[in-house]
Amino acid sequence: MNIEKQKSAPIYEALERFRRQRVVPFDVPGHKRGRGNPELVQLLGEKCVGLDVNSMKPLDNLCHPVSVILEAENLAADAFGAAHAYFMVGGTTSSVQSMILTACKAGDKIILPRNVHRSVINALVLCGAEPVYVNPDVDAHIGIALGMELTAVEEAIRLHPDAVAVFVNNPTYYGICSDLRSIVELAHRFGMMVLVDEAHGTHLSFHEDLPVSAMEAGADMAAVSMHKSGGSLTQSSLLLLSAAVNTRYVEQIINLTQTTSASYLLLSSLDISRRNLALRGHESFEKVAAMAEYAREEINSIGGYYAYGKDLVNGSSIFDYDVTKLSVYTRDIGLTGIEVYDLLRDEYDIQIEFGDIGNILAYISIGDRIQDIERLVGALEDIKRLYAKSTQGLPGAEYITPIVACSPQKAFYADKASVPIRETAGRICGEFVMCYPPGIPILAPGEMVTREIVDYILYAKEKGCSMQGPEDGTLEYLNVLA
Amino acid sequence: MDFWFSEMHTHNVKMSIRVERQLFSGHSDFQRIDVFESEEFGRFLTSDGSVIFSEKDEFTYDEMIVHVPMAVHPHVRHVLVIGGGDGGVARELSYYDEIERIDVVEPDEMFVRVCREFFPDNARGLDDPRVTVCYRDGLRFLRGKHDEYDLIINDSTDPLGHTAGLFTKEFYGSCYKALHEDGIMVYQHGSPFFDEDEDACRAMHRKAYRSFPISRVYQAHIPTCPSGYWLFGFASKKYHPLHDLDAARWKARHLKTWYYTVNLHMGAFMLPKYVEDLLEEEEDRG
Repeated sequence: MNIEKQKSAPIYEALERFRRQRVVPFDVPGHKRGRGNPELVQLLGEKCVGLDVNSMKPLDNLCHPVSVILEAENLAADAFGAAHAYFMVGGTTSSVQSMILTACKAGDKIILPRNVHRSVINALVLCGAEPVYVNPDVDAHIGIALGMELTAVEEAIRLHPDAVAVFVNNPTYYGICSDLRSIVELAHRFGMMVLVDEAHGTHLSFHEDLPVSAMEAGADMAAVSMHKSGGSLTQSSLLLLSAAVNTRYVEQIINLTQTTSASYLLLSSLDISRRNLALRGHESFEKVAAMAEYAREEINSIGGYYAYGKDLVNGSSIFDYDVTKLSVYTRDIGLTGIEVYDLLRDEYDIQIEFGDIGNILAYISIGDRIQDIERLVGALEDIKRLYAKSTQGLPGAEYITPIVACSPQKAFYADKASVPIRETAGRICGEFVMCYPPGIPILAPGEMVTREIVDYILYAKEKGCSMQGPEDGTLEYLNVLA
Repeated sequence: MDFWFSEMHTHNVKMSIRVERQLFSGHSDFQRIDVFESEEFGRFLTSDGSVIFSEKDEFTYDEMIVHVPMAVHPHVRHVLVIGGGDGGVARELSYYDEIERIDVVEPDEMFVRVCREFFPDNARGLDDPRVTVCYRDGLRFLRGKHDEYDLIINDSTDPLGHTAGLFTKEFYGSCYKALHEDGIMVYQHGSPFFDEDEDACRAMHRKAYRSFPISRVYQAHIPTCPSGYWLFGFASKKYHPLHDLDAARWKARHLKTWYYTVNLHMGAFMLPKYVEDLLEEEEDRG
């Protein structure tokens, strides 16, 4: 990384130059620097609406960058150790979609962990590729889905040597990392691309003590949520490429679905955040990791809570752990993660990222201060004092190997019927069924419903698991192919 | 030369004090601290641009937050002061011989250092042999403390700034736990007058009311506070601030005060109707 060059922020600087020129706008957006919409100015501020401008010569164009956006993308590529970087304005969902649409055509097979983000399956609906799922290991105590085991990827490749790509979530929401270097080496040996959903790992490129990043591990493409740990505005994201990927083709893919009116608020936030990460990321993430570690120690000393960290690492399904994450298992005080999540918000004015049946996840970032950590720890202690109950067992998190009967695309477009759940065995599912915990889909569009799956859904529902995805929220009925 | 310090009390109300000179300006890990010399208020200290106290009116505040609970609780031995790095509260406490231990927990070392240098009269409170100053976050200090104190004084003023953690349910819960079974907690309750401050004031009462069996609010006139009108909270496990006031006992101490008297003690709990109303509304929320 060239630190001297990283000190510039081409899009930001171009916007500053443009602002000083006081150009009279006879183009879109129609609010004309906010003058046509005073309430919006009141809410967002003059400076903010003044920067909401159209693509034009001095500001470049995201659909075909040749000047300041291209320079900013090149700086981002350098900062993240990638050959190419693309600024994305449709969220990391658009980065994930672009990866899958680049790697797969209709009928191609792609190897995925079962606990992928919905955006991945949705991308398969768009392109018509077929998923080959790899069974993620589930931790029996804390009940979360873990990383992708090398042996499981090997097995999937052996059974499906015609697959074109391997897709990896790294790190997971909870901070679990897979053995990315070995997976890349293995997949490349069989001529498959490696796509990494690095939505929760923007920071990995900026500190040597953190788990290896996708680009460093040799992956072909990575989707990076700059707006998560990178500090940019919500909905802005990066798509990173290694030198092995054809950039012309990727650009065509991106432009299939990308807006032609990209927001300069998002673009400049990516530019400024990249500069900040390059210049101060190392120092910032050192602080974030130290804060998370401190929080872990303090939470564990309360008793009853289990804030896990590197102690989970087992060399395979938990190859490494991202210590900037703060996940806490709460069941031993008799409360579900969802209950603790609600108490924190309703009673303590603390909003955390999420709670599932067994865990809560608090997002620690460069914006946090130690006194806020003290509040979180203090609140958890107070919750234990006031609300702890006797513990009840968690329903066992089972994994049922899916039978892919048709592609997600075919299932998505097929005629469907709503059928009582008990009568769905033998039918092909037309929608998602997710069960928390452990947050792995039980059914995805195109998969065969079996008696075993129906029994498991009924059991998990009875045990109080949260079932998500189906049109019928109570899951009395399921949409299956007609 | 016309040199003024201004503090925005709301977006539309500004309090300004003519300044003779600035004595100190510095950034700690927690706040920006400035000290000014003025004709009207003497020296005054600001945190992130808000007046924390001035030589002219600090007595009101220090006396009201110390003598009110001390005149009620019959046997205070162990006191915890959260914040209070200027020493004013410790100084008032030091007049009571029966107190055995005063723990002052202040996260910001620079704040203490600056107060010692520019406000030696307050800071002498910290030199009493019964006082231990601990540079720590208040919530962190309270964690794991159980049944240790007779009186906890939350001397932090800003529910929105770096001391926000000391105006939360978890803080009140931690105090409840750290107090003996007949303990009292007093705290800064903010100012109820301007709309912007009202919400914070309501939230504080709601949290304390739910955390302690007895929770009353009392008032004082402090010119440098927003609208000049300031409230304190009295949260208690056993003693009522008026029914359990032992006026004769307090008078017999012959303490020299400038604001507090036992008569004023009773009057301070008689609140204006609009304040009573907003507090009752929060109590009714259950």
